[in-house]
Amino acid sequence: MSTVGFVMLCHTALNRAAEVARHLAERDCPVVIHVDKRVSRQDFSGLQKALADLDNIRFSKRHRCEWGTWSLVVASQTASELMLAEFPGVRHVYLSSGSCLPLRPVADLRDYLAARPMTDFIESVTTKDVDWTIDGLNAERFQFRFPFSWKRHRFLFDRYVELQRRTGFRRGLPPGVVPHLGSQWWCLTRQTLSAILQDPARRENDAYFKLVWIPDESYYQTLARNYSRHIESRSLTLSKFDFQGKPHVFYDDHLHLLKRSDCFVARKIWPQADRLYQTFLDPAHTGSSMAEPAPGKIDRVFAKALERRTRGRAGLYMHSRFPNKDWENGKTSGPYSVFQGFNDLFEDFETWLSRRLGSRVHGNLFDPKKARFAGDQDIYAGCLSSAAALRDYNPERFISNLIWNTRGERQVFQFSPRDTQDVGAFLAADTNAQISVITGAWAVRMFAANRDFASIRDESARLQKREMEFVNTLRHVRTRAEVRIWTLAEFIEEPMENLQSILDAMDGATALRLTEAPRMANLDGFGQFLQNLKNQGMNPFIMGDFPTTPTGLQPKSSDTRPYLVR
Amino acid sequence: MKAVKRYGLRLRRKKFLVRAWRKGRSLLDVVNRTSGIKPADTLCIVTLRNERVRMPFFLEYYRDKGVGHFLFVDNGSDDGTLEFLAEQPDCSVWMTDASYKRSRFGMDWVNHLLRRYGHGHWCLVVDPDEFLVYPFCDTRPIPALTDWLDASSIRSFGAMLLDMYPKGPISTQPYRSGQDPFEIACWFDAGNYSIERNWQFGNLWIQGGPRARAFFAEKPARAPALNKIPLVKWDKSFCFASSTHMLLPRGLNLVYDEWGGEKTSGILLHAKFIDTFGAKAAEELERRQHYANSAEYRAYKEGLEQDPDFWTKWSERYINWRQLEILGLMSKGNWA
Repeated sequence: MSTVGFVMLCHTALNRAAEVARHLAERDCPVVIHVDKRVSRQDFSGLQKALADLDNIRFSKRHRCEWGTWSLVVASQTASELMLAEFPGVRHVYLSSGSCLPLRPVADLRDYLAARPMTDFIESVTTKDVDWTIDGLNAERFQFRFPFSWKRHRFLFDRYVELQRRTGFRRGLPPGVVPHLGSQWWCLTRQTLSAILQDPARRENDAYFKLVWIPDESYYQTLARNYSRHIESRSLTLSKFDFQGKPHVFYDDHLHLLKRSDCFVARKIWPQADRLYQTFLDPAHTGSSMAEPAPGKIDRVFAKALERRTRGRAGLYMHSRFPNKDWENGKTSGPYSVFQGFNDLFEDFETWLSRRLGSRVHGNLFDPKKARFAGDQDIYAGCLSSAAALRDYNPERFISNLIWNTRGERQVFQFSPRDTQDVGAFLAADTNAQISVITGAWAVRMFAANRDFASIRDESARLQKREMEFVNTLRHVRTRAEVRIWTLAEFIEEPMENLQSILDAMDGATALRLTEAPRMANLDGFGQFLQNLKNQGMNPFIMGDFPTTPTGLQPKSSDTRPYLVR
Repeated sequence: MKAVKRYGLRLRRKKFLVRAWRKGRSLLDVVNRTSGIKPADTLCIVTLRNERVRMPFFLEYYRDKGVGHFLFVDNGSDDGTLEFLAEQPDCSVWMTDASYKRSRFGMDWVNHLLRRYGHGHWCLVVDPDEFLVYPFCDTRPIPALTDWLDASSIRSFGAMLLDMYPKGPISTQPYRSGQDPFEIACWFDAGNYSIERNWQFGNLWIQGGPRARAFFAEKPARAPALNKIPLVKWDKSFCFASSTHMLLPRGLNLVYDEWGGEKTSGILLHAKFIDTFGAKAAEELERRQHYANSAEYRAYKEGLEQDPDFWTKWSERYINWRQLEILGLMSKGNWA
C-alpha cells in the first residue's frame, strides 16, 4: 500500500517531469501533476499521453501560475485535494516541482516517513527569525497588500509598497494566524493537510493570503502551525537560494556532491543534466538507507558562491570586480611595507633588510626611470613590467597587481620624494600598508652629492615640498595605513630601537632581536650642510633639529619618541 | 546621468542602427541556412578574412560548447575560407568586398546580422582567433550558462581578452589546420592589467598583457583594449558601439560589480600569436584597414622585426578555467 504521494507542479521541461513522475509512479507512489495553464495544449496532451499507461497518475485542474503570487498556492491546493480524494491510502503528501529529482530510492523515503507517521516536514519560522528573505520585505509581507505583480509591474509594485510604508498602512491578521515563513517544498501528513484544506475558516484565510507577498512560502507554513501535532521545521527537499532569492541549479558536475548529501529530493536540476537524471533514476541506484539528510557540504559550496558574489576577493581588480572607491573590502590583498628615507640614511639598507627578513626586498618601485624590482629584474611576478610609462599610466593598479601577484609573500619596497608620487594617497588609505618614514633623509644623499650647490639647493627645496605633501597625506584623517614618522634627527638618536619596532610590527617577521646594524652614512658636517642651505635662503626644517656642531648628534631628552598613527 | 546625455546616447544608438542597415546592404548571401535556427539556439557571429587554416578547430570548439548556428561575414577571402564555410551544415555565410574600415571594422555588418537574426537569442560575437572560456566550461555547455543568466535576469556576459603566446619566437612552431592553437600558444601574462572606467558608456577599459609590455611600453595609452562583452541576449534595439568592447544601451556594459562583489565572467583566449601572425600583420598593414590607422599593426611590425618572443620566466602556462579563476582573471561569481 502506497503511503506517500507526490504533488508535482510543472511549467517547463515536461519531458523531465514525465521521467520523474514515471519513476515515482512505477514505484507505487501516486502522483498528481499540475501543469501551468501557460503551457500549450499540445505539450500538455503530449505529457498526458506519455504517462497514459500509469493508473496512479492524475492531472489536476490547470491554473495560470506566476512566481510570487497566490496562483501557486491555488495550484497546490487543487492538486492536493485531488490527491487526498483519489488516493485514500496516502499518509504523507510531498509537494515537489517538475525540476525536482529524487536522490534516494523511493523505498528509502517511504521507510523514513513510515518511521515518523505523524510528523510534518515543513520549514516554518517566524518572520523575526528569518534571515534569508530578499528585498527587505519580511514582516511587511504580512502587513501590506501586494496586488501588483513583481515580475510584470515592478514600478507599480514598488510605488505601492512605498505608499503603504509612508501612510503606515497595516492589514489585520485573521484570527489564529501567526505568520511563519519557510521553503515552499513541504511534506505534510494527511491529517494536517486536510485540516488546512477543510478548515471552516478557509475562505477568510485564503482571502487574506491572496494579497500576501509570495504566499507559497507562508500559506502552509503558517497554517500548519495550527493543526500539526509534530512539526519538523525543515524541508526534505534540498533547495538552495542565491542572494537574489532564485534557486541554485544543479548540473552534472554536482553528481558527487548530491550523492553525498543524502537528501531525498533536490531542486532544481538543469533539464539537460543527462548524467544526473540517468544516475538517480537508474533502478540500480541505491542510497545509504536510513541516513539522515546532510545538506551541509552543499551548503558550504553555495555559501562560498554567495560570499564571492557579494564580497569578492580582497585586493582583486578585474573585469567583473571593479569596486567603487572605498567599497573594495581591502584595497590590496595582503600586508606590505613601505620604507621612505631608510635607503638614504643607510648605505646597505636593502640587502641588510633582505637578510633580516629572509625575503626579497624591492628598491624604489616608483623610481622615475624604471621600477626597481628586487634583483633589478625587468619583469616581475605576473609579468609586471618595470617600464616607467606603463607603471605611471595607472600606478594604483601597478601596486595592487604586484601585491595580488605575490599573494602569500610580504612585499617590501622603498619610496622617496624623488619618486613618482601619484600612488601616495592610495598607499595611505590602504589598511594593508605599513609605512615608515624618516623625513629629511633624502638630504643625506644631497649632502654627499657631487653637484653645484645651487642645483642642490633647488632640488632640496623641491624634495622637501614633496615630502611634506606626502607626510600631510599620511596624517590625514582618512589615512588607514599603519604609519610611523620620525624626523631624521629623532631617528638617529635610537636607530636600532626604531628599526626593531618596525620589524616587530610585521606579521611573520622573525622575533629575533636585531644584532647586526645596517651601515649608516657618515653625517659629520651634516649640520653645517643644512646651515649652508639656510644661508642660501632655503629653510630645511623637515629633518628636525641639527645643530651645526657634531655634538648635536648626541642623544637628547626622551620626549622624542616615535609616534604611531593608525 | 543627465537626461540630455541619456538622450544623446539614444540618438547615437539610433545612428548606429541606421548605419548598420545602410552598410548591411553590401552583404551578399552566399548560403543562408538561418531558417534552421531553433528558438533556443545560441548564435555565433564572426567577421573574417583569410582564416581557412583556423576554421576547423574554431568550429569544433564552439560546436562542442553548444553553439547552435554560426553566421559568418567573409570580407574578401581568397584562401578558400568562403567555400569551406559554405559546406558546413550549421553555418550561414555572407560575403562583401566593401571596406572593413568603413564598416567600423566589421561592426556595422555584425550589428546588421544581429538585428536581423539575433533578436531573442543569446549571441556570441567573437573573432576567429578568440575562444570563450567560462566557469565550468569543461563540464557545462554554453546553454547551461545562458539558461542561468536568463534565470538571473542578466543580459550580457563579460570576458576579458587574454593574449596567449608560445615560448620562443612565434614563427618557430608551425600551426597545422585543425590543431588546438593553445598546444603552441599556451603561455599568458597573469597580472599586469590596468583597468579604468569609461564613465560615458559605463564600461571598463582594460589594457595590459604581453602586447602592452612588449610593444607599447613607451605609449601605454595606445595599447589595445582587452575588455570585451562577447555574449549578449540580443534585442533588436541593441548595438555594439565599438567592436565588442562596449554596447548600447549602456546598461549592458555593467558586467562588473561596483560594490566589492564579483560577477560571473569569462575569458576570451586569444590565439593571435601563432606562426600565421607575421604574414597576417604584413598583409593587414598593407591593407590599412585597421583601427587608429593600423597603429597596432605598425607597432607589431617594429616589434616583430626585433624580437618576437613574449615569453618570460614569469609567464604562466595555461591549464584550465579553474587556474584562471584562482589567478583572478575571471570569476565564478555566484554560479556554483
